[in-house]
Amino acid sequence: MSHAVTIPRASGHALRRTGAALVAAALSFALIGPIAVPGDPFAQSLLKALAGPDATAPLGYDHLGRSIFHRLAHALRLSPAIALASVMTAGAAGLALGTLAAARGGWTDRLLTTLADALLALPGLLLVLIVLAIVPGTALGFWAGLSLVLWVEFFRLTRAATRDTLASPAVQASRLLGFGPAYIFRTHIWPEIAPMMLTAAAFGTATAIMAIAALGFVHVGMRAPTPELGLMMVELLPYWREAPLALLSPVIATFTLLLGLTLLAGGRET
Amino acid sequence: MKTLATRGIQAVMVAVLIGTATFAMMRALPGDAAYRIAAGRYGYDNVDTAAAQAVREELGMGGPALPALLGWLGDLLRLNLGTSLVTGQPVMGEIGHQLGASLALAAVAVLLSLLIGPPLGILAGLRPGGLLDRTLLIVSTGLKAVPQFLMALILILILSVQFRLLPAAGHGEARHFILPALALALGLAAVNARIARDAMARIGAMPFYSFAQWKGLSPRQTLLRHGLRNVAVPLLTYLGLQFVTLVEGVVVVEAIFGWPGIGHALVHAIFSRDVPMVQGTALVLGLSFVLINAAIDIATLRLDPRRTA
Repeated sequence: MSHAVTIPRASGHALRRTGAALVAAALSFALIGPIAVPGDPFAQSLLKALAGPDATAPLGYDHLGRSIFHRLAHALRLSPAIALASVMTAGAAGLALGTLAAARGGWTDRLLTTLADALLALPGLLLVLIVLAIVPGTALGFWAGLSLVLWVEFFRLTRAATRDTLASPAVQASRLLGFGPAYIFRTHIWPEIAPMMLTAAAFGTATAIMAIAALGFVHVGMRAPTPELGLMMVELLPYWREAPLALLSPVIATFTLLLGLTLLAGGRET
Repeated sequence: MKTLATRGIQAVMVAVLIGTATFAMMRALPGDAAYRIAAGRYGYDNVDTAAAQAVREELGMGGPALPALLGWLGDLLRLNLGTSLVTGQPVMGEIGHQLGASLALAAVAVLLSLLIGPPLGILAGLRPGGLLDRTLLIVSTGLKAVPQFLMALILILILSVQFRLLPAAGHGEARHFILPALALALGLAAVNARIARDAMARIGAMPFYSFAQWKGLSPRQTLLRHGLRNVAVPLLTYLGLQFVTLVEGVVVVEAIFGWPGIGHALVHAIFSRDVPMVQGTALVLGLSFVLINAAIDIATLRLDPRRTA
């Protein structure tokens, strides 16, 4: 009977490799692009507003005559940088608290799980919005807000996997031999959760980039002169007919980055 | 009963979290919040130091943070949400007005996604590895990488700017529903379809399913009698989890399409630092998540009685 169940998931490796390639393409554009064609993302030249591509601006100019190529490269550095910083913070916090909850059990576990459940009930964007209003500085606010949203996923994964591992005979044997918690974490727990952590990290990065872009798009995220993916789209939307390429470039860049990260995260739902 | 108790605790925690967060937001407001609240209460012409002082003493705002926080949370747990700092109307009334518009939009979006996603998913799951299955995998992966705001942008550009088929914004007529609901539904349908497909493929490969066909039921009867109910359980569970995505989408999509709902109100409240409105809207969104998931817990128990044991 089992022959019917092993279906397209077998090509998971190929999908992941495609995803990694897409993310690498977007990031190398952001990092190498401005070195290959030097330019300033903030320099305006109103005479060239909405003009087509030329040698100094390979993707043309926006409504204020700024080079879209350089603005896009800047935006593609900003969002992933904030997203990565949040995912690292959230991953470290989730890992630490998840292991703690699983190892201690009892009230520590119950308290942390209740907190995580409550955070899960709140839409991430809403938390980010509130934190943005509290923390001074938009980038810092995004980092704090997104970390607060993303740690829950790492916490739940770590807690579930660690509980099973800690109850296994292998860990019991290690304990009887007198090994400390650090050794048990390194040899038994980490190898178990590392692959899950990578999936969750790719997924979390995608969520973070989406959130930054979505809030930029509705004017409550990054502020105006900063080149940001969502903000660029909403700025260029009114000029869709005059300069379709100008609007399409941030759209395509965002889609490439998000598709790459989604593929990298593998066949995870939600 | 145990699941309901857990949901109850979750609801209280949600309220406390939102209360604390909005309290911190209140404290972080630039300028003196007492003047702002006094202006909200008595009108801008009647604000003076005495009025601000009266507000400060009544709310315990000048004092240390902890008693003030407890007072704030106490108000919240008695469902005293206060008045909007901008319009001066009670927050409860404002939200009651907006919630209807948001619920209508969310309901249409969910219905639309259920009409698109699961039927395709079930068809694909009946023939795993077939043409439809492979196409669906590609399309749903692509759709999942399109955030709702981008979907809204694409739909506006294609359907209302290029072909002028539908209005890009507005509220009141049935045709105003189509674009915002579709922007929400396509993302949901992408996930729905995958869930339905995986569940159908798993169930279709089970011995009881083959037995049902072997004893003489037609494929159609087998699906209706033994397939759908089993597919519905994971689908329903995921629908509850997707609700968070839906609410996030509602916030963004309402802001884009100018839909007069709770998400639109939230974005505006954040914009003008209208803390009581932020608290009220956030609370309603968080608590409705808990409520919907409690309802789904009960529904899955009904559908699959094995889970009660």
